[in-house]
Amino acid sequence: MTAAVRIADVSQRYGAALALDRVSLEIEAGEFVVLLGPSGCGKTTLLNIIGGFAEPTEGTVLIGGRDMAGVAPKDRPTTTVFQDYALFPHMSLRDNVAFGLRMRGVHRASRASKADEMLALVGLEGRGDRRPHELSGGQRQRVALARALAVEPDVLLLDEPLGALDLKLRRQMQDELKAIQRRVGTTFVHVTHDQEEAMAIADRIVVMNAGRIEHHGPPREVYLYPKTLFTASFMGEVNRIPVQGGRAPFGPVPVPDGTLLIRPEAIRPTGSLHIGLCKVEDAAFFGTHVRAHVTPVTAQDLTLVVHLPQSQLPEAGAVMDLGAETYVVLTK
Amino acid sequence: MMRVLTWAYLAAAYAFVFLPVAVLVAFSFQDGRLPVPPFKGVTLDWYAKVLGNDDLVAALLNSLLVAVVSSVIALLLGFLAAHALARVRLPRSALMRGVLIAPMTVSYLIIALGLLSLFNMTGVRLSLWTAGIGHVVINLPLCFAITYAAMGDHQRNAERAARDLGAPEWKVLTLISAPMLSAPLAAAFFLSVTFSWDEFIIAFLLTRFDVTLPVEIWSMLKSGLSPATNAVGSLVFLVSVTLVILLELTVFRKRP
Amino acid sequence: MSLASRERRLAWALLAPALLWTAAFFLLPFVAMIALSFAHMEGREVVQGFDPDNYSRILTDPVIRGALWNSLQITVVVTVISVLLAYPLAAIIAFRVPARWQRLALLMAVLPFWTSYVVRSYSWLLVLGQNGVVNKALLGLGVIAEPLEIASTRAATVIGFVHFFVMLLTLTIYANLIQLSPNYSRAAQDLGASRWQTFTLVILPLTLPGVVTGAFLTFVLCIGDYITPQILGGNTELTLPQLIMLQLGRSGNFPLASALSVVLMAVVTLAYFLSIRWLRLDRV
Repeated sequence: MTAAVRIADVSQRYGAALALDRVSLEIEAGEFVVLLGPSGCGKTTLLNIIGGFAEPTEGTVLIGGRDMAGVAPKDRPTTTVFQDYALFPHMSLRDNVAFGLRMRGVHRASRASKADEMLALVGLEGRGDRRPHELSGGQRQRVALARALAVEPDVLLLDEPLGALDLKLRRQMQDELKAIQRRVGTTFVHVTHDQEEAMAIADRIVVMNAGRIEHHGPPREVYLYPKTLFTASFMGEVNRIPVQGGRAPFGPVPVPDGTLLIRPEAIRPTGSLHIGLCKVEDAAFFGTHVRAHVTPVTAQDLTLVVHLPQSQLPEAGAVMDLGAETYVVLTK
Repeated sequence: MMRVLTWAYLAAAYAFVFLPVAVLVAFSFQDGRLPVPPFKGVTLDWYAKVLGNDDLVAALLNSLLVAVVSSVIALLLGFLAAHALARVRLPRSALMRGVLIAPMTVSYLIIALGLLSLFNMTGVRLSLWTAGIGHVVINLPLCFAITYAAMGDHQRNAERAARDLGAPEWKVLTLISAPMLSAPLAAAFFLSVTFSWDEFIIAFLLTRFDVTLPVEIWSMLKSGLSPATNAVGSLVFLVSVTLVILLELTVFRKRP
Repeated sequence: MSLASRERRLAWALLAPALLWTAAFFLLPFVAMIALSFAHMEGREVVQGFDPDNYSRILTDPVIRGALWNSLQITVVVTVISVLLAYPLAAIIAFRVPARWQRLALLMAVLPFWTSYVVRSYSWLLVLGQNGVVNKALLGLGVIAEPLEIASTRAATVIGFVHFFVMLLTLTIYANLIQLSPNYSRAAQDLGASRWQTFTLVILPLTLPGVVTGAFLTFVLCIGDYITPQILGGNTELTLPQLIMLQLGRSGNFPLASALSVVLMAVVTLAYFLSIRWLRLDRV
């Protein structure tokens, strides 16, 4: 089924190191939440704490309103899809998927049919008799998903499940994960370090860094209106321009003091924020856009990254008049 | 409850495993004729006797000699063979690998018997050399298997780079391959020395006048129970354990 | 000469020494031994010929058959007991002992491995003898009135063997257990399995091939061992290796010794084919 998850002031200490620092988060039932961040940021630790594989040094975890302190993984309404899938090699796919049901004492016949049902849900219909080693990476991943969902958990935890797949397969799996989540309605908590993946599937992205939550919100908000510098740079390339006394290095700007953040694709020939004349240092064709480095004529020390439409490929030395429509200012 | 059982089992297992060694060492200090209870008092006489026994000391040196020489030969042959098979796709390489590893599956008694028959037929006299030959036979598969398993792309690419830069094959082997494989080579050498050092049946059947330590100890046993045997055993144990600890701290620690 | 064929010649040159050594000092003696098994003794001379006398003798002679049966019984019992004792020990070290102490715990469990094999068997003689530690302790505690005859029996041989093979198997089974991804148990528990269910349904099946390999190794080493039965077994019931060695002694009956060795090899080969079914479990 589904349930809400409430994480309150959770800290995790390993000796002197602080893996999680007073993290608080409310996840709604049926939400697809992605924990995003670089390695070591604490996202996997947090996932393990929700799943019961680690006990927090401080703080509480509530799932469906129930306090999970001292509750073992097998007694929690959660199941996990592991990074290496951990399919049992000596069992058939059907037996793998039915394992959780077997643990709950479900009859052989009914758990076999439910397992076949789940395999069909993930697109592996009729393959119940195969063994894990006969499948490709992507297929094993689906079996792991089916196995985790077969017991109808309230919360499904996914630990970088798509990491081992190539790009095309990853994109396909992202779409399928999203579709399956919508169908079953279970709360999904998904860990990844890939911001594009996060944006593709999340209802809400939780950006983490050094054991803390930097920003959480829908992908659009986190990308266009990041609340911290770290979030801004982690979500994608961004130009950072210092603003002091209403002035940026290239001229006056109608924004408060702080750091002005402009995404490369937000820089256009026009815009409410005027940057001015810029000289093109270099430009390269990137397929969907042209990526160029430009230097404002009035601020020779500043280099901006700009994404131009694919039809424009300026020469080095060309001069363009640029501005920005969307931007964010982070004040101290 | 489960916890108590677990630790109790561990304790019982350790007790079982150490019992004979403990008795061995304890009664090597027996101030009495027999190394059995009651314990009459502590003396180092037996150790003195053992260390002063020329035959034992000679056997010890022989054991060392045979172990080191046969292990060096086994390692060299095994390394070259592994290098050859890992590098070039030869026809029937699986068969050759099988042949090289086969001696590991045969009882040492049978290997010794086979060699004894061979030496009898060809009129070769039994000596430390014949025992050494037998030891190479049992250690070659081990050295080959360990080295072969350790050869990987990393070191193969380095060899290619060396050849590309103009190094002749023997230089590639000595300057690139061997150093890169130093850990598995050291492990194989150490294991071979250990097996050879302690090996009885081949040494027993294939030596005549000069014998190795296990064979000498065997003849000591024939004359009945004596704390002297305990002393020898304890010394061998002590030396082996020290070696293992030393190796553990140096060679095996190198792993990141 | 093309590069490829030059490479091949070089490879052959490097491979040759090892192959030649194995051929000369392993294969050749082996073939010679098989040939010898079909010879017979006339006085003190060995007469070659294709004479299956030795083998028919093996099949009919009660002493020889007794020794073979004895060897098989002892080996099977030793293998079973050793596996049953070693597996829990290896599992405790691998799963219950904190990671930092595992290496030490393992080393402690196999330290006596490094006493000389001959000396190790001798030590059991000290422990199990009429005047040995065990008897003295039992007498002292009043459990028995007369010393038990443990040494120089089949039981002593079994104990001596089990002592050695428990250490060997603990090493091999531990190496096998430690290779398992921890996510297997995590997944099982995550799906609701108790510790016992996780062990019996997941861990045990996955480690079975490794256990079978260890058991096979135990079988081979045990059935071919001369030292332990000779020291601890007494002289009433002989094992096959003891019988073989006996032929080399006074009578110098090489042909019979060779034939007996061939039989020993045949038993080991049979064991290999029996266990290969288990060794071929699907693994990912």
